[in-house]
Amino acid sequence: MQTALQFGPILVHLDLLLRGLEKTIQLAALSILFGTAIGVLGAVGRSFGPRFLSWPIACYVELIRNTPLLIQLYFVFFSLPLFGFKLSSNTAAVVALSIHLGAYATEILRAGIEAIPEGQIEAAKSLGLSRYRIIRHVVLVPAARAVYPSLSAQFILQIMGTSIVGAIAAEELTAVANNLVMQTFRSFEVYIIIAIIYFVLVQAASLLFAGIGKLMFRWKV
Amino acid sequence: MSLRDFGPNELMFLLLATRWTILLALIAFAGGGLIGLVVAAIRVAPARPLRWLAAGYIQFFMGTPILIQLFMAYYGASFLGYRPDPWVAAAVTFSLNGGAFFGEIFRGAIEAIPKGQWEAATALGFRFVRTLRLVIIPQAIRLMLPPTVGFMVQIVKTTSIASLIGLTELARAATQVNTVTFQPVLVFGTVSLIYFALCWPLSLYAGYLERRFATGMTRKGETPLVMSAV
Repeated sequence: MQTALQFGPILVHLDLLLRGLEKTIQLAALSILFGTAIGVLGAVGRSFGPRFLSWPIACYVELIRNTPLLIQLYFVFFSLPLFGFKLSSNTAAVVALSIHLGAYATEILRAGIEAIPEGQIEAAKSLGLSRYRIIRHVVLVPAARAVYPSLSAQFILQIMGTSIVGAIAAEELTAVANNLVMQTFRSFEVYIIIAIIYFVLVQAASLLFAGIGKLMFRWKV
Repeated sequence: MSLRDFGPNELMFLLLATRWTILLALIAFAGGGLIGLVVAAIRVAPARPLRWLAAGYIQFFMGTPILIQLFMAYYGASFLGYRPDPWVAAAVTFSLNGGAFFGEIFRGAIEAIPKGQWEAATALGFRFVRTLRLVIIPQAIRLMLPPTVGFMVQIVKTTSIASLIGLTELARAATQVNTVTFQPVLVFGTVSLIYFALCWPLSLYAGYLERRFATGMTRKGETPLVMSAV
């Protein structure tokens, strides 16, 4: 039994921790970007697209939301090389994380779109706005504004979700932690430090998303 | 080249591993539900230091990845001088983590009950626990139910990360079968379908309950808790 917590031997490797943190932020940022893009396309496709599109989108959403991220990650990582896509573990992680968030974002944005009163769209039509402009200005912006809190909560979960991509050897924060445990044999201390880093990251991201929300939706009604 | 093909034996192996996923989910649901009930009660209790304690607990478990919590419980326990079984570590972690989420779900429902109910109970001479048990919770249950069922889906999915500390449930069985057959599309496709078969009925039921019960429960700007990254 060890007698006291010793953080010194771990904090010596601060550079490794910071590199892991950087990778985690990178994975989260890229997958949030792509995932939101998928979500916008999915939600618009389901609400305004042709019928033959809405069914596959619904299947995608339900399938992703009812299976674990870890299995999706394994599927992407192990299957895509068979079809000739050679992926690094980091690329596979971004692909899986984006597909994952895409399903949640589709559903969240769709809920926002459906909450837009029909009369708004009819009013825009009678003003002669084009279909593209109606979808963009009359539907998407107010919908995004309404669901922004849910969406940013999902982004926060996405940041924490990146922790599992260490399972396919992507070198993010959790993977760095596991390496440090093997080097220093101080598992409890390592995971305490990693937990603190994630906690600070999550709080910082919450503030950032709140700030972005205030800026983005400041002038538009 | 693969050692074996994906056949009936492999399928059976996966199906048998599914019971450990189900068992772990049930443990997490029971443990998390019990802890959540206590945490929610403390969160609305009159004693302020207790409220802070419960808030800190929720902050930690909702603000850090569950995988790190799991590693802390599994590898960190050796700091206290003993090597836990993966089952013990997973059961403890999932219960504590679920307790935080359930705590928030239950608190939301409890706080949605009008203040007048508390005052009426006080007027009748009821103390805190009695009020909660006999007056508030019976009314709050219809509000708790839809997000609780929804969160069960998250629990089933989250059990998959127990594979990362070596617990042989469905996700780990999948990687084992994939290693010997090297047919990832078939293996992970099948496993996805098994998870889907466990989760989808729960999702549908949660949606049904939500349409039936929940009306304006969450305050404006508050986000529903029934979503998760894992």
